[in-house]
Amino acid sequence: MNSLNHCKRDGEVHVYRVIGRKSVTSRGANYPRCVEDEDLLARILGGDRDAFTELVERYQLSLVRLARYYVKTDSSAEDVAQDTWIAVIKGLEKFEGRSSFKTWLFRIAANRARKTGTREYRVVNVDPVDPVSSARFNESGMWREAPVPFTELINDKLANAEVLEACRNAIRELPEPQQSVVTLRDVEGLSTREVSELLELSEANTRVLLHRGRAKIRESLEGSLKGGYSWN
Amino acid sequence: MELIKDITCHQAVALVSDYLEGSLSRRDRRRLERHLKDCDACSAYLDQMRVTIALSGSVGPDDLSPDALSRLVDVFEQYQRDKSDG
Repeated sequence: MNSLNHCKRDGEVHVYRVIGRKSVTSRGANYPRCVEDEDLLARILGGDRDAFTELVERYQLSLVRLARYYVKTDSSAEDVAQDTWIAVIKGLEKFEGRSSFKTWLFRIAANRARKTGTREYRVVNVDPVDPVSSARFNESGMWREAPVPFTELINDKLANAEVLEACRNAIRELPEPQQSVVTLRDVEGLSTREVSELLELSEANTRVLLHRGRAKIRESLEGSLKGGYSWN
Repeated sequence: MELIKDITCHQAVALVSDYLEGSLSRRDRRRLERHLKDCDACSAYLDQMRVTIALSGSVGPDDLSPDALSRLVDVFEQYQRDKSDG
């Protein structure tokens, strides 16, 4: 069965070809990101290896991060992620779609990681550093120099690979548990409640961590976009 | 420069993330919105936060190590074989 499929995202139309079970390439290149998880799941149930590969590529990094929140080493986090995928392969037929696939997937990973690891972040220290440097404000709490809207700096370059790379690096550099919070909330788009459940944090704490993580990424992007300019 | 309404810029930026989450109390939301109405700098900061969040949502997956991926694909294919063998 050969078929052409279209999907539209960010104003750009992707055309992709699905070539039966033994599709041409590895690494999921047949499925652009706009193909919904649920469509991939249907194909995976039919044995489509490329659909499985695409799904792994979509979530592996976030799964490893979530696992790493609970376990002590990178390699045991990767083991947890691998075990999660094996559980998905074996349990997919039983997935009833009552929650989104994403939520189901992260719950499996969090449960496995909790069983595997001794949690390192039992006490969540809220980073005392002011997320926007106080040096940016005068004694009256007003900006010394106004920030420039990113939409003016980025313009049509929102999808610019360099900006995205800067953002990806900034997320990677966040300390835990900010990194896990930002990954699950902003990268994966889970709700704050889901994030707080997965990480066993209060919602209020989750929001504080999110705020601080976002502020750090913002600051780092501001630095990259203005050519490394820093206020600190 | 006089204070804009009843919060300072420094206080306003501390509310922006929760504002975008829709989790501010009605009072704080009003205070922030009044401030934003009169303050271009904090409006620019709000724009920066919105773009930051949008970018985080579009970073996409990192490249995986081919080994990790091929191990998983092997497991998948083995499971498919076992399934069709009954």
